[in-house]
Amino acid sequence: MTAIPTAPLRRRLPLNWLGIVPFALFALLFLILPTMNIVVGAFRNAAGDLTLDNIRGLFAPSIVASYWISIKISVASSLLGAAIGFAMAAAVVLGGLPNWIRSPVLTFSGVASNFAGVPLAFAFMATIGPRGLLTIWLLEKWGINLRAEGFTILSFWGLTITYVFFQIPLMILIITPALDGLKREWKEAANILGATTFQYWRLVALPILFPSILGTFALLFANAFGAVATAYALTGSSLSIVPILLFAQIRGDVLQDPHLGYALAFGMIVITGVANGLYIWLRVRSERWLK
Amino acid sequence: MKRYFSWAVLVAGMGYFILPLVGLTEFSLSMRRGEYSFDAYAAVLADPTFRQTFSYSVVMALLTIAFGVLLVVPTAYWVRLKLPRLRPYVEFVTLLPLVIPAIVIVFGYIRMFNTSSWLPLTGSTTGTNLLLMFGYSTLSLPYMYRAVDTGLRTIDVATLTEAAQILGAGWVTILARLILPNVLVAVLSGAFVTFAIVIGEFTLAALLNRPAFGPYLQLMGANRAYEPMALAVIAFGITWACMGLIQLVTRFSKHTKAAR
Repeated sequence: MTAIPTAPLRRRLPLNWLGIVPFALFALLFLILPTMNIVVGAFRNAAGDLTLDNIRGLFAPSIVASYWISIKISVASSLLGAAIGFAMAAAVVLGGLPNWIRSPVLTFSGVASNFAGVPLAFAFMATIGPRGLLTIWLLEKWGINLRAEGFTILSFWGLTITYVFFQIPLMILIITPALDGLKREWKEAANILGATTFQYWRLVALPILFPSILGTFALLFANAFGAVATAYALTGSSLSIVPILLFAQIRGDVLQDPHLGYALAFGMIVITGVANGLYIWLRVRSERWLK
Repeated sequence: MKRYFSWAVLVAGMGYFILPLVGLTEFSLSMRRGEYSFDAYAAVLADPTFRQTFSYSVVMALLTIAFGVLLVVPTAYWVRLKLPRLRPYVEFVTLLPLVIPAIVIVFGYIRMFNTSSWLPLTGSTTGTNLLLMFGYSTLSLPYMYRAVDTGLRTIDVATLTEAAQILGAGWVTILARLILPNVLVAVLSGAFVTFAIVIGEFTLAALLNRPAFGPYLQLMGANRAYEPMALAVIAFGITWACMGLIQLVTRFSKHTKAAR
């Protein structure tokens, strides 16, 4: 009697998980373990003992300055990108523009958000660099000497203006669905109750969109914070933002302490991780309304 | 009134995007003094290093796409069919490359796969190439997985699989002749994004010391004036072509669906 039920039971031995083994192995080997390796390295000294010295080392003035300029550039470019991207997306979705304009704007955003890295740096070098198109035009037509005004492309503003090029399209791509989710009935209801356009935006639309906007801002921030190629091609190592410092450290141990390098990388993970965590959390919140 | 304001915002924004591209193109054409010419392009195309690094990156991109398809399509299919409870976790893992900066990932590679480790991939050229390909696959994982998973959502995976099994198909047949053709559009759009990412990628290739297009671009930028601009125009053209192809492929599939 007992032998009969064992046969189907054995056939139900769970083997389904086998299908995910290749993916799990890949993710473990080439994503999770390398990252863990860095994280663990950040808390070890050369002898392999646990220590907090590396993290403490991050608070050396030069490294704090690196983090600070990185954060400033990321915040400024995300703010500008989010504001301009939002205005453009709102113009396309709600601004009464003809329908055909939407598709090219979204396609172009897809292209521009992928046009980062070294070529982007060259494009801005050719435009606002020392011999750039805009620089020369301003000098010859208007007598404005950007360099004499204190502007160089190798600076906070130079890098920020360049980063905005991939921040705006990313904002447009992410915020357009949220703007689509604003129901016409809400606007009509507000109008019937006597609200002005300004009141509608302040009391209805913006509070609903707020989590989306803030969440996208966090994503843009992380996006700018981790970018290496654009900054490196633009400034070499003259502007010491965190990714550039880390790049130089990996190439030639400029900090003269490998474990401080791990701590530097760990700091980057923490910052982009917090920003992305914020994004995911706010996204879940905003989806409540925009279903 | 509102419409004029919208136009103004859009035109001003577009101006910001078009100006650098105009500046770039203008610069790339002005190698010869006083007139426009394609001299910079000619110089670049005649450079054997350009041809080497460019074809290296193209081959890398194709290998990455092939590996990505082989990894992602079966995984996404299997998760949808048999392990739906794992979906949020798998999705979370595929999004991690957007959270962890590429430079940190490659730093981990250099540490984990160095010559004195248990898997010394960086010890040989083939090993480093392989590592670079895995790295590129990691970078493109979020885009590839999302594209394929969205594609799978539009077909009835369970019914199709059962039908194929009743007709005697094995797993390989099901994946290659049933699932893959059905999500081909999604796979292609993932593939084009991957291509656009890999072709100009700088950080991984530079730190793993491989002769790819991205580091070559950076090196030219540091040493020459006009040639890098021509290269950047070419790179932009490639990105544009990839995104255009995605649009084309997606639109094409919409038409075939409407005709049915």
